[in-house]
Amino acid sequence: MAKMQQSYVRQEMVQDLPPPPASSGFVGWARRSLFSSISNSILTIVAALFVVWAGYHLFHFFILDAVFVAEDGSACKLKPGACWAFIWDRMDFFIYGFFPKDPYWASTDIFFVSAFMEYWRINVLFVIGLALLVPLLIPSVPGKLINALLFFIPFPILVIVLLNGGWFGLELVPTEKWGGLTVTLIIGLVGIVASLPIGIVLALGRQSKLPAIKTLCVVFIEIWRAVPLITVLFMASVMLPLFVPENMTIDKLLRALIGVALFNSAYMAEVVRGGLQALPRGQYEAASALGLNYWKSMGFIILPQALKHVIPGIVNTFIALFKDTSLVAIVGIFDLLRTVQNAAGNDLNWGAPTTSVTGYIFAAAMFWVFCFSMSRYSMFMERRLETGHKR
Amino acid sequence: MSDQTAAAKEEELQANRSKMTVSETDVAVEIVDMHKWYGDFHVLKDINLTVMGGERIVIAGPSGSGKSTLIRCINRLEEHQQGQIIVDGIELTNDLKRIDEVRREVGMVFQHFNLFPHLTILENCTLAPIWVRGIPKAEAEETAMHYLERVKIPEQANKYPGQLSGGQQQRVAIARSLCMNPKIMLFDEPTSALDPEMIKEVLEVMVSLAEDGMTMLCVTHEMGFARQVANRVIFMDQGQIIEQNEPGAFFDNPQHERTKLFLSQILH
Repeated sequence: MAKMQQSYVRQEMVQDLPPPPASSGFVGWARRSLFSSISNSILTIVAALFVVWAGYHLFHFFILDAVFVAEDGSACKLKPGACWAFIWDRMDFFIYGFFPKDPYWASTDIFFVSAFMEYWRINVLFVIGLALLVPLLIPSVPGKLINALLFFIPFPILVIVLLNGGWFGLELVPTEKWGGLTVTLIIGLVGIVASLPIGIVLALGRQSKLPAIKTLCVVFIEIWRAVPLITVLFMASVMLPLFVPENMTIDKLLRALIGVALFNSAYMAEVVRGGLQALPRGQYEAASALGLNYWKSMGFIILPQALKHVIPGIVNTFIALFKDTSLVAIVGIFDLLRTVQNAAGNDLNWGAPTTSVTGYIFAAAMFWVFCFSMSRYSMFMERRLETGHKR
Repeated sequence: MSDQTAAAKEEELQANRSKMTVSETDVAVEIVDMHKWYGDFHVLKDINLTVMGGERIVIAGPSGSGKSTLIRCINRLEEHQQGQIIVDGIELTNDLKRIDEVRREVGMVFQHFNLFPHLTILENCTLAPIWVRGIPKAEAEETAMHYLERVKIPEQANKYPGQLSGGQQQRVAIARSLCMNPKIMLFDEPTSALDPEMIKEVLEVMVSLAEDGMTMLCVTHEMGFARQVANRVIFMDQGQIIEQNEPGAFFDNPQHERTKLFLSQILH
């Protein structure tokens, strides 16, 4: 009988080998992911059939049976598909709302001036806004500080000057005439830009050791969070005027803006607080031990980490906020959804069974584009800020 | 090891230790009749301790004996309720300004390193010098590189803490503290979270610090380190200092029953 080997010394180390070939490639992937068992194979086939069925119908509705070009709704009545011509025809309304289309200078009889419409004011803002926002969002573009200052201070002023008018010979356009995508973007952007800093301050306040500040923040957060946004908007537009002096009027859009911003800052505060609590106490202690005071340790150590941890939650709130802007329609503000609804319901030219559906699909698609962009951008930032401590 | 060689080794260590000078006049830390409670729990009782400049003190004791709490009181990470703590001539009270002044002069190294994971190694080392001491960035980076070289990891300067081993992280943590040019260093179990192979590299850095005359208070179970550099070993139990002595006498001739029991458990 062979003697049991008691001691063993490896003479040569085994070198790294490539993985066996059958486990890689498309066939390997399909076998593993789609057809790994009988029940999985059935599910795969059923899902594939559903995709084909849905794709067939959607293709018909969106393209084959759709009306792309038409003068009015009569063509859309004849076909069961989407009435895209309606969208093209009313696009101005969806973007600019009731903003005056007629040239303000028309009466001056100068022909070339009358080629401009008041829409240029919004177009200029779109262009400047994009020109400031895009470089701000791309990390490798230099001059972030100046860029941010421009975006957060002069740009909002320019927005007010150009949209509202009444200055520099611009025609005054009251906010009741603003509408469509313009208003949706204004509410969304103001809400997003205001709710994050207010939320951070509230979250820090809620963790404060000073009882007065803490109580104030807790009460604020809990009141706003416990009230539906619709209630907030109704209160802002219907009840608030009852409490202020008669000669004092606060613009309806402004009231809605403040309502949306404060409402979402309460949610934001709780998201940020989650991030603050997720940080190990050692981070606070190490910052203190180095002599950093409260604001410096918050600014350099705690908040950068806490906010990074809760990017998904922050963007979640942003997306919810952006979608919730459509609720302002209830208090009579013409946001994107309301303009679509209004055009589809009231435009006698475009009375066809598919007009409404097409309009809603368009509105949904617009919201989806903005929300999906936010979602992808947040994932990009998460990856970029990853410094190897994620578990 | 025979008794004779052991005695010879102890003599050599003692000779080495006495080369590290202790100031006769400069008081680094003075703790007088200090008590601390966590709620109703009396964690530190009647602590009296004077640390002269250049002293290397090792604080030992069973877990829960209050040794970490004691050194955390010295830079006010924990608040004491009774008695006095005077660090570098400044008494610790609720005055936030004074607390910040003390923290600037007192470095601390934690068991779990507590590096800032979102900053590079270099940024970890330069943040406090720049924003607390107001040192220009270039100068702060130069100092940081100097200390990173000293702890033997200058090549990691642009990595993030998550990319380093535990031992490397702890050496960075020591360098980060040194960048503030502290007068006193506190070590709170600096090797307890490390693999055996990494403990040595951290201890070497600590030994070289001691040899340079840094005032050090170390909570540690590394008795070899205590023998090598400490000029005093303090033994704590149940929130009290129950024995203190120079290391030779402390290890070879403990007086208190609890100390004897403790040493018999950890020295084999």
